[in-house]
Amino acid sequence: MSSTILRTATRYMFPPLLVFSIYLLFRGHHFPGGGFVGGLFAGSAFSLYALAFSVSDARRILRSDPRDVTAAGLALALISGIPPLFSGHAYLTGTWWMLTLPSGVHLDIGTPLIFDIGVYFVVLGVVLTLVFALGEEQ
Amino acid sequence: MTLLPALPILLPLCGAVFCMLLRTHLAAQKGVALLFSVLVLGASIGLLAQTRDGSVAVMNVGNWAAPYGITLAADMFSCVMLVLSGLLAVSVFIYACFDLDTERIRFGFFPLSLILLMGVNGAFVTGDLFNLYVWFEVLLTASFILLALGGEQPQLEGSIKYVTLNLLSSALFLAGIGILYGMAGTLNMAELAHVVQQGDRGGLVTMVAVMFMMAFGIKAGMFPLYFWLPASYPTPPAAVTALFSGLLTKVGAYSMIRVFTLIFITDPDFLHVLILTGAGLTMVSGVLAAAAQYEMRKILAVHIVSQIGYVIMGLGLFTPLALTGTIIYLIHIIIVKTNLFLVAGAIRRIKGTYDLHELGGLYKERPGLSVLFIISAMSLAGVPPLSGFFAKFTLILAGLNRGAWVIVAVALGVSLLTLYSMVKIWTYVFWKPAPEPLPDRITASGGKWLAFLSPMIAFTLLAVGLGIFAGPVFDYAQTAADQLMNSDAYIQAVLGGG
Repeated sequence: MSSTILRTATRYMFPPLLVFSIYLLFRGHHFPGGGFVGGLFAGSAFSLYALAFSVSDARRILRSDPRDVTAAGLALALISGIPPLFSGHAYLTGTWWMLTLPSGVHLDIGTPLIFDIGVYFVVLGVVLTLVFALGEEQ
Repeated sequence: MTLLPALPILLPLCGAVFCMLLRTHLAAQKGVALLFSVLVLGASIGLLAQTRDGSVAVMNVGNWAAPYGITLAADMFSCVMLVLSGLLAVSVFIYACFDLDTERIRFGFFPLSLILLMGVNGAFVTGDLFNLYVWFEVLLTASFILLALGGEQPQLEGSIKYVTLNLLSSALFLAGIGILYGMAGTLNMAELAHVVQQGDRGGLVTMVAVMFMMAFGIKAGMFPLYFWLPASYPTPPAAVTALFSGLLTKVGAYSMIRVFTLIFITDPDFLHVLILTGAGLTMVSGVLAAAAQYEMRKILAVHIVSQIGYVIMGLGLFTPLALTGTIIYLIHIIIVKTNLFLVAGAIRRIKGTYDLHELGGLYKERPGLSVLFIISAMSLAGVPPLSGFFAKFTLILAGLNRGAWVIVAVALGVSLLTLYSMVKIWTYVFWKPAPEPLPDRITASGGKWLAFLSPMIAFTLLAVGLGIFAGPVFDYAQTAADQLMNSDAYIQAVLGGG
């Protein structure tokens, strides 16, 4: 599709869409959102790019094969279950590390977040594998 | 709190991730898949060793206690199935390394098979009904792709029937789960068992039970909804068919045994008699359909249906001895049936066909392969002293003890017809002189060929070994069956220990 309007709009829309997908990912622990929705959102951003420009352009800005993204996400989700094992808890038990930044901001980093980031990448990878395959079919 | 019950699920997933990352390195994929299948087998054997005293290995994933969290619970029956699925994966992967075309490997045979293995193992260890559904979806999704991989026309035709009926089955399963949850307020199998046995809910429980019977019956290939099986199983390559025949229908049978020994035991006069009737019809229809076939792989595939009949028969009789028979039969059938598919695949690898009319004279050309085939075939038919004899003997003894003469007569008759089918293959493929000599398509000798045959040799030895060491196997199966019949220990382990 070659539409100047769509291409120009996509150039402006693409970065905010990705930022919003990450916002959704981080928001997910206590509020609506999470890795699944965030991954879908990021996937739709890349799909929009593929639609406005071309699938090969979208592949280029993704930098790695979507199937590798899926595998990396799965690996991350798998790894996220391991830390509690060291403290004698069951696999996938939520483990939290409290951090206080120099500016006085408290950060709770936990294994559920790592798991969710894994989900994010799995969903992104699967969506793009499908969309790219369909787009290249033509 | 140990990780062991989760390992048969996590290890295949790890393997699948590595295989996906090594997408373009086919040789490395083979190595990784083999390594992880061996690890899965090792973990399963470890779990078997841990539970052999009759204890139940329980793990609450994420440290959420049952019945709120997701519980993994492995009793002796689960562990036997886990070890068998690990064994099967190792041997099928060895076989696939030699026989499978690079095209299918490139499109992800190994990661998909590992995911399939994860789903199957998940179904074997889960202690939660909804999780069972999820594992079924995992393994079905992987199997849909494996079945259609290659995109030949008969494959796609078979896949459509397979997908449609299995989706129907999943819908029934899910509806049953919904009703059960509305009724009991829990889906943890141990708590469900407790709740269902306590209250008298009459007809509703029976209705849900029949829904589950239908759902698992479709997946197991039970009468009258088995027709997707002969349509789809013979279409993919032998490695995939062997994997499916050993794992998929058996998961259906396993789940049926699990829920009808743990949860739905309130109305055995109706439910288990219904299962028994289904078992008899399944046996007969499967073996008759097989008698009409003249393609090696189709005969074997249709026979799966009739074998499932025997497995379900033990559940229908519902005595400790009958369940012992069912467990021995499951062990026997997974080993023997897989071996028959692998040997048939080896024959096709040499001669290029499965057709009984075109093949012939293999006994003279390949005495070694013939021995591998005949031992498994005779074991399937139930000739002593091989594994099939003791499995059938136990089932029939249980039938006689219950005075269920009809099912005993059916089982014996079907045995005879099984022998007929096996002898038919033997006569056509091995004895009869070849109509036109088919040239060997590959040089089938030397070390590489021996490595290719190694899983078949191992399975044949196992089939013989199960016959010779029938005593210890029987003792183990009996303890496992007692554990199934007296579910208090299981319930206690899941709800009490945590």
